[in-house]
Amino acid sequence: MSCCQAGLGLAKDIKGQTPDHALSGETLDLLVPDVHCAGCIGAVEGAVTDLAGVAGVRLNLSTRRLAVKAGDNVDVDAVIQAVENAGYACRVFDPADAGVTIEDQTGRELLRALAIAGFAAANVMLLSISIWSGAEAATRDMFHWLSAMIALPAIAFAGRPFFRSAIRVLAKRRLNMDVPISLAVLLAAGLSLKVTLEGGDATFFDAAVMLLFFLLIGRYLDHRVRARAREAVTCLLSLWPRKAMRYGPNGLQETPIEAVQAGDLILVAAGARVPVDGDVTSGVVEMDCAALTGESAPRLVRPGDKVFAGAMALTGPITLRATAIGEESYLNQAIRLMEAAETGRAKHVRLADRAAQIYAPLVHGVALAAFLLQLAWTGGDWGYALWVAVSVLIITCPCALGLAVPAVQTVSNSVLFRAGVLVKDGSALERLAEIDYAAFDKTGTLTSGDMTVIGGDCDIETLKLAGALAAQSRHPLAQALSKHAGAGPALDVSGVDETPGGGIAGTVAGQAVRVGSFAFVTGTTVQDETVTQPYSEVWIQVDAMPAARLQFKDRLRPGAANAVAAFARMGFPTLLLSGDRVAAVNETAHALQFDTSEAELSPAQKIERLNDLRDAGQKPLMVGDGVNDGPALAAAYVAMTPASASDVGRAAADFVIVSESLDAIPLAHTVARRARRLILQNFMLAASYNIIAVPIAIAGFASPLSAAIAMSTSSLLVTGNALRLN
Amino acid sequence: MNVLIYLIPAALGLGALGLGAFLWSLKSGQFDDPQGAAERILMDD
Repeated sequence: MSCCQAGLGLAKDIKGQTPDHALSGETLDLLVPDVHCAGCIGAVEGAVTDLAGVAGVRLNLSTRRLAVKAGDNVDVDAVIQAVENAGYACRVFDPADAGVTIEDQTGRELLRALAIAGFAAANVMLLSISIWSGAEAATRDMFHWLSAMIALPAIAFAGRPFFRSAIRVLAKRRLNMDVPISLAVLLAAGLSLKVTLEGGDATFFDAAVMLLFFLLIGRYLDHRVRARAREAVTCLLSLWPRKAMRYGPNGLQETPIEAVQAGDLILVAAGARVPVDGDVTSGVVEMDCAALTGESAPRLVRPGDKVFAGAMALTGPITLRATAIGEESYLNQAIRLMEAAETGRAKHVRLADRAAQIYAPLVHGVALAAFLLQLAWTGGDWGYALWVAVSVLIITCPCALGLAVPAVQTVSNSVLFRAGVLVKDGSALERLAEIDYAAFDKTGTLTSGDMTVIGGDCDIETLKLAGALAAQSRHPLAQALSKHAGAGPALDVSGVDETPGGGIAGTVAGQAVRVGSFAFVTGTTVQDETVTQPYSEVWIQVDAMPAARLQFKDRLRPGAANAVAAFARMGFPTLLLSGDRVAAVNETAHALQFDTSEAELSPAQKIERLNDLRDAGQKPLMVGDGVNDGPALAAAYVAMTPASASDVGRAAADFVIVSESLDAIPLAHTVARRARRLILQNFMLAASYNIIAVPIAIAGFASPLSAAIAMSTSSLLVTGNALRLN
Repeated sequence: MNVLIYLIPAALGLGALGLGAFLWSLKSGQFDDPQGAAERILMDD
């Protein structure tokens, strides 16, 4: 699946419908992305089995889909509720939305064809070996007829994926790998049938079916890689919040986002994400906008301020009046920027396709030349010339070539999967191997969003009191403070009063405690100096004692330093692109030794930087997570995102890093480079085999036996070479 | 060479048996969820 489709899929997802009715006698498909073990299967299936009207439940762990067979009147909402109560997020799976079918039809068809081709190849080879070892006269003829009876139906069945594809391209007056494949198989079968009818001595039935068998292995592996990637995308895109709490005529009600109109009043609970863009009508709270702007410090909003979908209310509930819905929302603007930026990436042509563009015409040319040459040589012996041309087609057939890329991709994807990296796009590995520039986002990508204490002059007693008070607040600094204070004896906290943008005050164990900004704690109106500092400060005052302070900093993700250093070692320029404050960005850039850093960038400015790089002929990698990074991720040559990223970020990226550590980034790059080297080596192996075999075939010395040996050796060689990546 | 009269059908028949078994298992959905099948043997019920 191309990234472009992923982006479109997301846009459609947000607008998608939510079925809210009862089902009878149908199957309800739910996507449950978080299941991963036998315990999960038991919990989810157990939760749904006993619901009224449910006839059967089956959780598919490979596709993470739950199929609920409805007896009569199954309440869809009740099923969803039951799964959510069991602790798993889920949503109705709409195959049209995800661009996949519920059952993997293509995969099954390929497997069936593979089985038939394998059966035919084994048995025809058995008969052929008897012929090669000296079966004569009637016995040989009987073996030829038996081979024909096995091979012809097998070719008709197992060859369909290739024939269909060849016809499709030929209709567009173009060539792909499937044209020489189909031609070779059909000509070989036809010619062998003619030899059999005439009682001749050499047929190509074995080569034709073996060719199909090897190529189908490659086709099936390729299909599996793509199907896995599609499933990863479907799971990742599924957890968008699609409900809003709306004040309606019947009071507060949960409403699907699609039903929200401009002007509706929406309640956002403390700790919840804003579902639609709007103006705040009541509530003064601090909002976490990191996913939208990359800003690490919370922003204070008051009635009249604008808030965008995706921001999180930290310190309390707010009410807002919806303004921009759907198309006009900030999120959709980001998606539009993303789609515009993506067109550049579509220009990448995969290695296999590039090879096919050279290979297909070459093969046809050589076979035709062999035919004409033999025709002239033998003075018009059509049958013999055709026999030589077919042997050339069979020998040159891209058997090894068809396996070379899928085998390497299957192995490299499983290596990456084990390391916690999901590959979303088939050509992503090839593009990653070609990068020569590394750009990173800061907040949420290099930093984890967890604040940690880096200094201060606060004694243990004060810290305990402040920690107990801070535990009452959802503000990230307060939570970090309470974590830093650690668990102690339970202290009596009362009279808590939180001032958004200021701090929190209360009585702890009989003492008045104030925790917050300097101005809040001391009651003065001093300018907050942390704007120019790379860290955030929290002041603490107990009773009338002098105020103490603690300094906090956003913690770097594990592996962040390694990731940046790995690219620097390879000589790639490193660039930090952030929407955060200059001071915080400079500090991170210095700590991680970035070559260049830019702060306070808007999404459009981020795209501009990446487009400048691409115009200059660079191939930048972009690692980012937020909604504000989405367009930049799409504009980059190849993009990665942590799994904690916003949905837009995950839709735009080629790789999703599931592990917490960023060590996976240089690892993915190493795997990509090795995979590319192996693919090229495989191409070389296939080419050098052709250079030796083709002249022999043109001269007419190729026997079916030598073709069979050459074909299987080269296929085993490229597969073995691919396995070296493991 | 008369031995071929029944050896070849026997060989082909056994092969076809294997092929049939594979196609049947494919059709009955045994290849739909390899990961789940591996995990389900650990369930107690």
